[in-house]
Amino acid sequence: MSMDALDQLYREVILDHHRHPRGRHDIDRVDVEASGLNPSCGDEVTLQLQVEGDRITDVAVIGRGCAVSTASGSILAELVKGHTIEDARRIAEIFKRMMHGEDPPAETDLGDLEALTGVRQFPVRIKCALLPWVTLLDAAVARAEGRTGKTITTE
Amino acid sequence: MSRGDVEKQRKAPKPQPSATEDRWPEVSRRFPALQRSVNAHRLVYLDTAATAQKPDGVIAAQQEYYRSFNANVHRGIHTLAEEATAAYEHCRARAAQLVAAPSPSSLVITRNATASLNMVARGLEHTLHEGDEVLLTEMEHHANLVPWIMLAQRTGIVLRHIPITDDGKLDLSKLDELLTARTRIVSLMHVSNVLGTINPVAEVAEAAHARGATVVVDAAQSVGHLPVDMVELGVDALAYSAHKCYGPMGLGFLAAKPELLDLMEPMEGGGEMINEVFLDRATWAEPPLKFEAGTPNVASAAAFPAAVDMLEEIGLEAVRRHEEELAGYALERLSSLPGLVIYGPTDPAERGGLVSFHDPEVHPHDMATLLDQAGVAVRAGHHCAQPLHRRLGVVATTRASLGVYSSKSDVDALYEGIRFARRYFNP
Ligand SMILES: Cc1ncc(COP(=O)(O)O)c(C=O)c1O
Repeated sequence: MSMDALDQLYREVILDHHRHPRGRHDIDRVDVEASGLNPSCGDEVTLQLQVEGDRITDVAVIGRGCAVSTASGSILAELVKGHTIEDARRIAEIFKRMMHGEDPPAETDLGDLEALTGVRQFPVRIKCALLPWVTLLDAAVARAEGRTGKTITTE
Repeated sequence: MSRGDVEKQRKAPKPQPSATEDRWPEVSRRFPALQRSVNAHRLVYLDTAATAQKPDGVIAAQQEYYRSFNANVHRGIHTLAEEATAAYEHCRARAAQLVAAPSPSSLVITRNATASLNMVARGLEHTLHEGDEVLLTEMEHHANLVPWIMLAQRTGIVLRHIPITDDGKLDLSKLDELLTARTRIVSLMHVSNVLGTINPVAEVAEAAHARGATVVVDAAQSVGHLPVDMVELGVDALAYSAHKCYGPMGLGFLAAKPELLDLMEPMEGGGEMINEVFLDRATWAEPPLKFEAGTPNVASAAAFPAAVDMLEEIGLEAVRRHEEELAGYALERLSSLPGLVIYGPTDPAERGGLVSFHDPEVHPHDMATLLDQAGVAVRAGHHCAQPLHRRLGVVATTRASLGVYSSKSDVDALYEGIRFARRYFNP
């Protein structure tokens, strides 16, 4: 590994999301909430979603972790707002597979998420990138079951 | 090298330790893994508290076991089995000596310090009743918290904790109140794996014994780093891991007073730990074998004495001085970095060879990744001490920990690495 790998991990986009994370605001109404924990470091993130019909109209991300998980949460807030829960779930699944080495389907627009592919060269950091997204998956299940999410982990 | 040569080496006169500092570079050259590079930099290994690197002697001894006398212990009646058993029992004797255990038979060979602590907790379960108390501390490693939590869930015992002061020491001002008529066990760490604090174990043990409690010490971070003497500490049981004091993986110890081992129930049943077995009942062997069910890690046991030899040859007093000096140097250098929060006592005399810190600008995960780019290996996270981190008000810290092979230039590399990380994030 080298400075190159490092610059691939911490691309400008990632550092920007880290420095100015999106979704750091209170939302009017919390319809679904879920928390995720990375047991290996103790980092925790809570997602709050405002949902109208099946569409996510606002996202709040609470809790701060490392640059990778903060940026990933920030991108999540930007990306899933305005999408249906089903779409958000699909993006989360694609991102998970992408982190484990698969290429995303050609037609999907993953926005700044593409910038997180550099994390793949740092296997121990993949969990950091996934934390907000596995939390989102739990939020989707919670919504379907009409409950608040439980704290899930990246393990 | 034949087994005979190993024996000869073991008995060869030890070179006298010199009073100068110059010996440390030679010591560090005995560790082959330290000779490699990482990310095109010299490896600066500052994660000894997680596991120490292994010297050539240990690696050679482990190989030698497999190459020339691999056999199961306490069973076969043939030359290899006898040699393997002798090596295994030699390990017991050396591991007992290292911590001044009452005798080799007071030393149980386990998998690691965690297994040793679980063994005590489970072994004493039958002596505890609902409402009895176990006193721990707020700074414990999960290995000395979770076994007691599990015990509390099963028996209804009450867990109490000695709090810590803001400078990361045990707050003993309330010890008198925390020790009650129902306190049955006090279990605490000798050296904190996060704060570095060297705890006044002897003082706590004396107060605990005055109330009739049994005292257990988790010496995972002290053995191999400073002289550890069960008698001086005044404890009834002591747990440690071989891998943290330059020995091989998969080997740990529980040293305990004979009365305590007699009182403890074995946690696992099986071969080796029995006297007589019938289809419906069995009787246990005497300690320590009572606690050693199944085939143990003989290869690691055969290798561990080489680590003890090295520590004796250098001298644990000298090791301690070396680490204290380096810890002092690390504290000095790191505290010159504005904004960096350093945990634990400020006086190096009160702490072991490790320094944990939190950089408000760079999360520990990012710090560890960036330091690794500079070849500097540190640990980032909660270091298996979540309650302590909650008390410190952070979820994670970055920890640099030292060993016999560490040097001032390692500390300098850490310092430069942190500066690099800060610049990288906030150019
Ligand atoms: C203070 C302390 N206790 C116990 C342990 C557990 O050691 P092991 O994982 O070898 O059982 C550790 C090591 O992480 C430690 O630092």
